[in-house]
Amino acid sequence: MSRAALLVLADGRFPAGGHAHSGGAEAAVKAGRITSAATLEDFCRGRLHTAGLVAGALAAAAVLGVEPAALDAAADARTPSPALRNAARRLGRQLTRAARACWPSPELEALAGEFPRGAHQPVVLGLAARAAGLAPGDAAYCAAYECVSGPATATVRLLSLDPFDATGVLARLAPELDRVVDRAVEAARRAADEGVGALPAASGPLLESGAEWHAAWSVRLFAS
Amino acid sequence: MDGVTAAGVRASSRIVARADGRGGTALPVLDGEGPLALRRTRASGGEAKVMVVGAMSGPLGGDRFTLAARVEEGARLHVGSAAATLALPGQTKHEARYDVRLDVADGGELHWLPEQLISAHGSELQVATRAELGAGARLVLREEQVLGRAGEVPGRLTSRLTVRVAGRCVLDQELACGPGAPGGWDGPAVLAGHRAVGQLLVARPEFAERPPIARMLGECAALMPLAGPAVLVSAVAPDALLLRGLLDEALALLGP
Amino acid sequence: MHLDHHRHGPAAVSADAHRPDGSHRALRIGLGGPVGSGKTATVAALCRELRAELSLAVVTNDIYTREDAEFLLREAVLPPERITAVETGACPHTAIRDDISANLEAVEDLEDTVGPLDLILVESGGDNLTATFSKGLVDAQIFVIDVAGGDDIPRKGGPGVTMADLLVVNKTDLAPHVGSDLARMAADAKAQRSELPVILQSLRGGSGVADVAAWVRERLAAWTA
Repeated sequence: MSRAALLVLADGRFPAGGHAHSGGAEAAVKAGRITSAATLEDFCRGRLHTAGLVAGALAAAAVLGVEPAALDAAADARTPSPALRNAARRLGRQLTRAARACWPSPELEALAGEFPRGAHQPVVLGLAARAAGLAPGDAAYCAAYECVSGPATATVRLLSLDPFDATGVLARLAPELDRVVDRAVEAARRAADEGVGALPAASGPLLESGAEWHAAWSVRLFAS
Repeated sequence: MDGVTAAGVRASSRIVARADGRGGTALPVLDGEGPLALRRTRASGGEAKVMVVGAMSGPLGGDRFTLAARVEEGARLHVGSAAATLALPGQTKHEARYDVRLDVADGGELHWLPEQLISAHGSELQVATRAELGAGARLVLREEQVLGRAGEVPGRLTSRLTVRVAGRCVLDQELACGPGAPGGWDGPAVLAGHRAVGQLLVARPEFAERPPIARMLGECAALMPLAGPAVLVSAVAPDALLLRGLLDEALALLGP
Repeated sequence: MHLDHHRHGPAAVSADAHRPDGSHRALRIGLGGPVGSGKTATVAALCRELRAELSLAVVTNDIYTREDAEFLLREAVLPPERITAVETGACPHTAIRDDISANLEAVEDLEDTVGPLDLILVESGGDNLTATFSKGLVDAQIFVIDVAGGDDIPRKGGPGVTMADLLVVNKTDLAPHVGSDLARMAADAKAQRSELPVILQSLRGGSGVADVAAWVRERLAAWTA
């Protein structure tokens, strides 16, 4: 097992379906809330401290061996929007396929059997990291980074935003990402001792309602 | 009241609602103290009605309030409040805590409809509301947070709402906002400058078979069926009045 | 016991020729090509030609959600439950080549819900001349170009023109109107593709989609042999 497996798992080209999702950016662009690199940064920062923290903690907890079904139920309870639950399961199913090909493990096989329609993506991400021999913090980094890199690349396509500006946003968020990962791992360790109720539940109301709005469109570029 | 200490006020109030056997609801426990004084008001039908009457302003920094309501099998309880709750800064640097614990047994029904919580400039408050429902329980729960009095920079507010039905968690969500909250709280993913945010949670056993269909209410509010026999209406609005309008509209859509 | 476990195990990871229950899966044929070359019209014509003799289904990859799927639904070429749309996030070539997971799920779900199937047609979103299907997703691919797109396309080559298992030059009826030289297109295609087949087709006359349908039948015979 190698730490470099983290680079494979975190690679934007890892074939697990992420390219078709905007992480809420398409709805925020259409609502006029993302119009520039600065507003993209605000969006990503808010998403990082809410959905990103929760995803990071779920992934880290999965690496620590917390039962996947309990984590999946905790993810459901932390995702009021049915459109977001659906997107998370679709992405989880796609990630399960890619992870089984890359790091075959009995736990991933069991997950694929238990959740044929997909478990929540951060839970699968954690199990993939576990199968790859990675640490809880590695999985949390992966989950938290994805939650900002997805909207950033989507906004490049949606607004024809300068890709250097969009990537600059990600670089500026890096120190905050470190802090979110620390909080996520700490919460995951508590969850391993006390149960999934100890996981963070931070939410962004506009991420949830925006996802419902987006799901009702007949014409859109991204699946979520 | 446990008393006023240097650290702040500790107050805890309890309500127990029990079917009286004649189609009505009795209140064998109606135990309010200090800032959480309770008044029984005129009942309607089989439902008992209680008002939380704020006898002091608060919570202030360092205060610790606990409010618990238990609705037993077949009982029906409606709880409101006489006025909005205003979180204010206190003498101490400590944050205030307000814990609400709601238990509704099978066949019981609770309408928990307090007025808004206003987070005033300089205040620091953590609210935690936990509802435990039996499989056949019914709940209508409304929470509204208003960030600052008119034109005011808000205080720091963290509000967590956890709802379990038959032992299974169907909703666990936390909103953190105000100066000192994690970044982006006022940005396009969270509040986008809106100053009123609310949640309406409706749990009914029949939603297990026939969940309401997800829909938008305006641009920034959505009615969302949860993974369990409950729906959440999540809304942000420019002010408290518009927010109340959205939540009332949602409740009317769901029907009695 | 071990065999039982395997049979009820989770879905295959990629292009495995068997389904989790051990049965032979459907043949998957991809149709790619530039925007407007007639991919969707060819898929519709193939469905009409083959639906009486084969159990088939279609996956579309749209740029804007479901437009191609909705065209097929309007044309009623197959019952709606046999048509699935995959959303591609503004990158249709990614969904058929670099990250095929959403398409694999779509074909597996079709086999689960309306199967057993003989054939699944996977239509790509209109894209450029380099967009080809991954071998992890399809067993054979058809690249559809048209005479109105310029008669120099076969000469220019590109992975779609040179590597596809079948190259279809569509809308031959338009050649006189757009000044395209069919003989030159055929000769250039032959030069680019050596032994790989090329079919010149007009869906508005002549034998229509019959030649492409015959090629599909041959592939299917080889697949089930």
